[in-house]
Amino acid sequence: MALSEPSVTDTMGGGFANPPRDAAIAFRAALDVMARPGVIREITGGHPPLPLSPAAGSLLLVLCDPETRVYLSPSCDTDAVRAWLRFHTGAPLVAADKADFAIGPWDQLCPDLARMRQGVQDYPDRSVTLIVEMDHLAAEGVRLTGPGIKAEAFLNLPETTAFVANARRFPLGFDTFFTSDSQIAALPRSTSIEGAS
Amino acid sequence: MSYNFAYLDEQTKRMIRRAILKGVAIPGYQVPFASREMPMPYGWGTGGVQVSAACLTPDDVFKVIDQGADDTTNAVSIRRFFEKTAGVAVTEKTTEATVIQTRHRIPETPLSADQILVYQVPIPEPLRFLEPRETETRKMHGLEEYGLMHVKLYEDIARHGEIATAYAYPVKVEDRYVMDPSPIPKFDNPKLESPALQLFGAGREQRIYALPPYTKVFSLDFEDYPFDPSKAAHPCALCGAEDSYLDEVIVDDAGGRMFVCSDTDYCASRRETGEAA
Repeated sequence: MALSEPSVTDTMGGGFANPPRDAAIAFRAALDVMARPGVIREITGGHPPLPLSPAAGSLLLVLCDPETRVYLSPSCDTDAVRAWLRFHTGAPLVAADKADFAIGPWDQLCPDLARMRQGVQDYPDRSVTLIVEMDHLAAEGVRLTGPGIKAEAFLNLPETTAFVANARRFPLGFDTFFTSDSQIAALPRSTSIEGAS
Repeated sequence: MSYNFAYLDEQTKRMIRRAILKGVAIPGYQVPFASREMPMPYGWGTGGVQVSAACLTPDDVFKVIDQGADDTTNAVSIRRFFEKTAGVAVTEKTTEATVIQTRHRIPETPLSADQILVYQVPIPEPLRFLEPRETETRKMHGLEEYGLMHVKLYEDIARHGEIATAYAYPVKVEDRYVMDPSPIPKFDNPKLESPALQLFGAGREQRIYALPPYTKVFSLDFEDYPFDPSKAAHPCALCGAEDSYLDEVIVDDAGGRMFVCSDTDYCASRRETGEAA
């Protein structure tokens, strides 16, 4: 699925039309997918500049503010995206190893993954949340089991090695949202992954 | 455009929402959050209220129970608080609710996958009465050092002949974190494995934690003293239910007493549908 055309691309547009309401509804989508790995939901309301997807933009509007450090992968690190994010969230833009949220396609985030925050023994929550932009999301591919999953679930992960290693480090590690167009799915560090089916 | 849906400002809700997501990703781990002053005293569910405020949408149907009852002061005041500040629909029926805030009970009616249960938690740290220092309990969780908790349960057996802990009975989540399920009766512990998402908020102690749906929750015990989710050995005096948790109510000055369902919705709907014996 191709990225849809943002309806507004100028810096000041593209935010939530009704912030308290839109953020509440978008958060429930994000909460639902993080609580049920493999489930794919719609998340809407944000219209960020390309190349960010509406789903990634909506998630950033829900979660980011001056207290969260954001890393933009090279392809997302455009003047338009920087200006939009700064205007709507006020989030400081930082290097990958300092980030609370890191956004980009998997092949650009992956090389920096080892440097990113994975939490510490006493505070495993002090870790990065990845927002991985995907071409499409589908309930197929690797088999997922663990908290939030009744028997099994499937999701088209961009690769398995890094996510298998991440689950082994539990409770340390990173958590991932996958976004495509207006869709969102998630993979917390607690999910066990078994090879592609 | 309306500002301050569900009382809290947007930045506070973002902070709470981030904590909730990390809690969900690390089941049973207590995530610190910057708990706010709420227009009610600590101990009245300020943690649960903040979690509910961060989760509610205008389309939700909200239910609040206090020890199972919809009609007690704490439940009524929190329900009215969100009716006023979020304009959400409210209900006393467990099956109609999408978000249920609870103090010290899990509803008898099984929850479904499209419901969220929000617990009010007084002391989130299960090891707190064994080790008062937060730096130490953090380390104990980090190292999975839970021997002290088993010693406590063992001392129960040595002193009382059984595990005397009757509420806030400690559980191990997904074979990793030991968690306080809030002061629910141990009768409710088996219900912690649920299709619903469960979120725990401790306002004064500034912690949020979570159990995603279908998370493995094991009540700590010993091989020769297995976990026993006991309750009063009576049927409900009003609806006759033998499978629900009961409150003992003193009814006169002569020591008269009766046992009734603590879950008022469960009891009332059984009487309405004629299931009562």
